Amino acid sequence: MKLKTALLGAVCAFAFAPAAFAERGADGHVNVLYWQAPSTLNPYLSSGTKDVETASLVLEGLAGFNEKGEVIARLADGVPTVENGGVAADLTSITWKLKPGLLWSDGSPVTSADAKFTWEYCTHPDGGCAQAARYEGVTAVETPDDLTIVVKFASPKPNPYMAFVGGTSPILQAAQFANCLGAAASTCTDQNFMPIGTGPFVVKEFKTNDTVSLEANPNYRDPAKPAFATMTVKGGGDAEAAARAVMETGEFDYAWNTQINPELQAAMAGGGKGVFLNGFGTLVERIEMNMTDPSADLAEGERSTVKHPHPILSDIKVRQALSMAIDRQVLVDVGYGSAGRPTCNLVPAPEMFADATNTGCLTQDIEGAKKLLDEAGWVVGGDGVREKDGKKLHLLYQTSTNPVRQDFQALVKGWWEEIGVSVELKNIDASVFFGGDAGSPDTFQKFYADVEMYANNFDGTDPEPYLAQYMCDKIPGPDNQWQGENINRYCDPAYDALVKEMAATADLAKRSELAKTMNAMLTRDTMTVVPLVDRGRLSAASVTLGGVVLNTWDTEMWNAENWFRVK
Amino acid sequence: MTDISLDRAESQLAAIWRQFRQHKGAVFGLCVLVFLVAFVLLGPYLWQAETLKVSEALKVKNKPPSLRFPLGTDQLGRDMLDRMISAGRVSLAVGFIAMMIAIFVGTFIGVLAGYFKRLDGPLMRLTDMFLALPLIPLLLVMVMLFRDRIAGIVGPELGAFILIVFAIGVTSWMHAARIVRGEVLALKEREYVLAARSIGAPPRRIILRHILPNVVSPVMVAATLGIAEAIITESVLSFLGLGFPPDFPTWGRLLFDGLQYMQLYPERVIWPGLAISLTVLSVNYIGDGLRDALDPKARGR
Repeated sequence: MKLKTALLGAVCAFAFAPAAFAERGADGHVNVLYWQAPSTLNPYLSSGTKDVETASLVLEGLAGFNEKGEVIARLADGVPTVENGGVAADLTSITWKLKPGLLWSDGSPVTSADAKFTWEYCTHPDGGCAQAARYEGVTAVETPDDLTIVVKFASPKPNPYMAFVGGTSPILQAAQFANCLGAAASTCTDQNFMPIGTGPFVVKEFKTNDTVSLEANPNYRDPAKPAFATMTVKGGGDAEAAARAVMETGEFDYAWNTQINPELQAAMAGGGKGVFLNGFGTLVERIEMNMTDPSADLAEGERSTVKHPHPILSDIKVRQALSMAIDRQVLVDVGYGSAGRPTCNLVPAPEMFADATNTGCLTQDIEGAKKLLDEAGWVVGGDGVREKDGKKLHLLYQTSTNPVRQDFQALVKGWWEEIGVSVELKNIDASVFFGGDAGSPDTFQKFYADVEMYANNFDGTDPEPYLAQYMCDKIPGPDNQWQGENINRYCDPAYDALVKEMAATADLAKRSELAKTMNAMLTRDTMTVVPLVDRGRLSAASVTLGGVVLNTWDTEMWNAENWFRVK
Repeated sequence: MTDISLDRAESQLAAIWRQFRQHKGAVFGLCVLVFLVAFVLLGPYLWQAETLKVSEALKVKNKPPSLRFPLGTDQLGRDMLDRMISAGRVSLAVGFIAMMIAIFVGTFIGVLAGYFKRLDGPLMRLTDMFLALPLIPLLLVMVMLFRDRIAGIVGPELGAFILIVFAIGVTSWMHAARIVRGEVLALKEREYVLAARSIGAPPRRIILRHILPNVVSPVMVAATLGIAEAIITESVLSFLGLGFPPDFPTWGRLLFDGLQYMQLYPERVIWPGLAISLTVLSVNYIGDGLRDALDPKARGR
């Protein structure tokens, strides 16, 4: 149903758009600020958001996602589904049809061979494709004719909208990249900096880590778009400077990722030169509980491994009490303002997978938390810190260095001390904390602390791989160079069974139910993961820029062809 | 005889003090430094901040200066005066102790290199090597490698303190060593040193009795400059989010925390910034005054 509405929406947009905008290039120039400047325009060679999003102005996939997370057709002539026969009933293949008459910006026709080539390009054994995950499970891409693309999967794929869908897996021109396969990929500087695409803009000049100059694509499929003749994507500065450039000085029309503190947001929004756009995706700031003992007394290689359960946090009552003591709304007000909202869910979106009934943690309950700790046998000692069997209730709470996170640490420490928990804070430079270096004791995977805080999300609209991270066999440890994704060391055979069931389920309603059950197992039922804030994207747009819709499911430039100048 | 020599020693101190007083900047610097030290040492006795629950504190966040909060409150409702005092204790303690380590190491190496010709080459090349090391990356690596180990032994706060003081100390002795070596090289050729040596005094005695007292003046100057440098280095570390645990304020960290609110609440960066600048400036002026006062050639003028 949703797909059908999306299709209708897309049809409507195409039907009415030409009437709304006069002609291509009529609105002059638009300035866009990506403060982390793009370093390449080939999204297959970089997983950086800045690179993927800038490239999406030039390169397009067969389909993309709209702001609701629904699949919309781009180069494809409609979205294939099981109902319309585009997706095989056994879910092992999907058949895309290209729109007839599509041209690359150099004037040559777009054919199914380009898609096949793109798949070969990204899955080449010698090349390190940054988006290989989008092509996982694809066994073959067949091209029965110039306009038909059949993608075959090794096993039934309940979510077939991975390959060639979204800004992270666009179609490359086979003719341009023919000599750039495998190991040669990164040496093709011209191709990577100035890819020929089908998007609304073409690259005129590319200065690495500085500026991209673009102009309207003369062969864009809609003759009336884009409204802007030229575009500049500039890099440099930081989030605050970017926000100022749109909201205060007006030098730029659009600035990406302007995450600044709420008070500054309010002060800048009061100026009236621009607006902050927020959109909520799947990024959740959370506190992770360590289910294993991180004590420094244990031998190296045994710290924070499943051999030793956590002496304090293994008790579910303690975990629940810690969650109850937190006032999530206060955290939002202090740290994120309009770019955040309190949540109890690990999977806060898309709507069909998010458990709207899981709201129990939103109300702070200090007294209830104290009661739970009493029940668990932790009694208040002489210094106000609880103890049990002569052991103090003391936790080490680590996170990355970031002003908002340090404020959160101070607040959470305050609440936890009110319920009699002694808290030691530690902050680690982000490049070390998230660096994943197996030799460093300070990575979030090693988790040499009792609790830690960071944010994580999942790519696309399907939470299955994300929820599968909490399986027993994904626990980081010395045997896998600490590379597992199950940071909490959570292990429940019942949970593993649900993950396997979801992988074999195609029915969307059933999948949604499974996702909600797993989400509840991790959060409400066990408090292994303590979600705090559902963090949105916050970008700034000038009031003179029209047509901007912030999309958290695809790139922020997803509808740049519809942008226009408000007169 | 002994009486006279005692008299002369006293009058020498008095002469230094008289000369020091003539340097207006130095006197002013001394007053400011004394005030700052008194502020952080006596502050906790004169100003006791209320202990608020988180929910109560959040109701008074971002308040301007008032009778209840003389320097206002920060974004989490914490009393800025209280934080300035406890931050100052740490910053000043780091400055003084790191300076002492640096001066001790510097003087030791400088005297050895200057007095014993055979040690001169190796020790001075060692000094050159330390000078060539990039300081901040070295500190970052030291903090990363040893923080947990030291914290495990003496606790996170004292551990961070020892580590930072030590790290700053062992990376800032080089200038003192060079100055001292130069002085010692000149001094050991003087007649009274030759005389001491000719009657068979051992090197240890010559160094302690005849050489060290004469290098005190350049060492004092280097020391004052060292304090300023140590406070700034600690601020840099805190500013980078390293160093002390995040709930342990230092002036550098207050500056770092206040930075993002600079436009709305400029006082958040002005207070710690002012404290750091005043300390560094006053210490520099004191050093300047001391150099003039301790130099017998300049004193007569």
